[in-house]
Amino acid sequence: MNIVDALLQGILLGGQYALFAAGLSLMFGVMRLVNLAHGDIGVVAAYGALAVVNVFVVSPVFALVVVLPAAALVGYVVQRLLLQRTLAPSPLPSLLVTFGLSIIIQNVLLMTMSADQQRLSLGPLDTAAIRIGDALRIGVFPLGVFLLAAIVLLALSLFTSRTQYGRLIRAVSDDPSTAELSGVDPRRIYAVATAIAFALVAIAGVASGIQTSFSPTSGSLFLIFAFEAVIIGGLGSVWGTLAGGIILGVAQTVGAAFAPAQQVLVGHLVFLLFLAFLPNGLSRKKVRA
Amino acid sequence: MPLLEVEDLSATYGQVSALRGISLSVEAGETLAVIGANGAGKTTLLRAIVGQVAVPTGRVLFQGGDITHLSTFERARRGIVMVPEGRRLFSSLTVEENLKVGISARRPGAWNLKSVYDLFPLVSERRHRRAGLMSGGEQQATAIARALMSNPAVLLLDEVSLGLAPAVVASIYSNLPAILSNGTAVLLVEQDVSQALRVSDEVHCLLQGRTSLAGRNLEMAQITDAYFGYERRTA
Repeated sequence: MNIVDALLQGILLGGQYALFAAGLSLMFGVMRLVNLAHGDIGVVAAYGALAVVNVFVVSPVFALVVVLPAAALVGYVVQRLLLQRTLAPSPLPSLLVTFGLSIIIQNVLLMTMSADQQRLSLGPLDTAAIRIGDALRIGVFPLGVFLLAAIVLLALSLFTSRTQYGRLIRAVSDDPSTAELSGVDPRRIYAVATAIAFALVAIAGVASGIQTSFSPTSGSLFLIFAFEAVIIGGLGSVWGTLAGGIILGVAQTVGAAFAPAQQVLVGHLVFLLFLAFLPNGLSRKKVRA
Repeated sequence: MPLLEVEDLSATYGQVSALRGISLSVEAGETLAVIGANGAGKTTLLRAIVGQVAVPTGRVLFQGGDITHLSTFERARRGIVMVPEGRRLFSSLTVEENLKVGISARRPGAWNLKSVYDLFPLVSERRHRRAGLMSGGEQQATAIARALMSNPAVLLLDEVSLGLAPAVVASIYSNLPAILSNGTAVLLVEQDVSQALRVSDEVHCLLQGRTSLAGRNLEMAQITDAYFGYERRTA
């Protein structure tokens, strides 16, 4: 495995990590809420897609048609009924509640789905590859996920910068009580942001379920990758998140080229370097406490 | 019927009682100025009217209907809109984006981007700037313009002259007649008593959370006493 190949695989992997990270970053940016169950929502979406695939015998891509709106709806309801009540000047209530949510989700999945590793499959597309020259092969599926991530993040960026709802999300993120003076209901904005975040992590969860296998406890690792991508990229910037995901992905694949067993560890080390020397991440935007 | 009425209103900040037994009313197209020393409860009164502080007793009525139980955004959608102290613009949004947040109240009326820009040409020139990067006067004009975008029935202005040069204050207050001409009622808090008297139809003076004087065509001597709390003995 040469270094160019590792770089390329890492960049493609980064798209998937950015998809995991975008929702986490959005929720934190809008309501200063760290959703520790974020990765588990992605896993639930993967199991949901698996159920749709098994029942209707369709491709996982079509399962997204069901899973995406369902995830958004669940996000909206969970925010209104549960997470809204945890919002307080202190981050502790929301951390405890989402941590509890994570434990509940993992255990319910263990009881109902068993601890077996599962996979979603696109058939021959799983292993199809484009050959470039003699040494380089680009997987069709990782490339597709990367392009999908780029399109989704572009759409998210346009949504927040150009639409009225996007403006309101940014206004509420700046100052919810002043936004309310203009007739904005912050709770509704929070619920919409959570719906978007859940839909984003659902795409990521299903994509990951096709690329590798997943089990009820996979969510914890997804959460860590999402965290690392967010911190490396810097909060509040969609493109920073993509850059963060790519750096994490490249760190892992290049690390794996030298020490195949230590792929995840190398990613953690690069993350620690950023935390130590560039704690605001790549984007220069300062984040209010 | 008055557009906005406050009946026997009390408010507390934590354990401290900030307002006691305040009653006042504003008619459409009129201006009521609330004056008083620092800590008299002026800002608390406005915040109680928009629902940002708890009101243990008393009522706020809008067009005769009790709105005391409504949340702040619901009151804004009925047309009770406040320009908060310190402007509080959304700093990561441009000036025009700040104004567009104002349409969330979803109220039809005379004010839209064009008419607001006509009223504040300076704001129009800065429309693509980040709101945080403007002078105090420009920020204040933007904050008022954002409130107008909600087509307020009652506009509450909290210390709009704070920290601004006299010429800038005069230019901001010069827009008041245009705002009132649509039938909007204005309730303003002002540190500068002579400024408050110039622009208002009626004055309400607060002293340590209570009404010390209220009425029209008041004399300066009466106001001075009510403002500082002197007992005035009549012979």
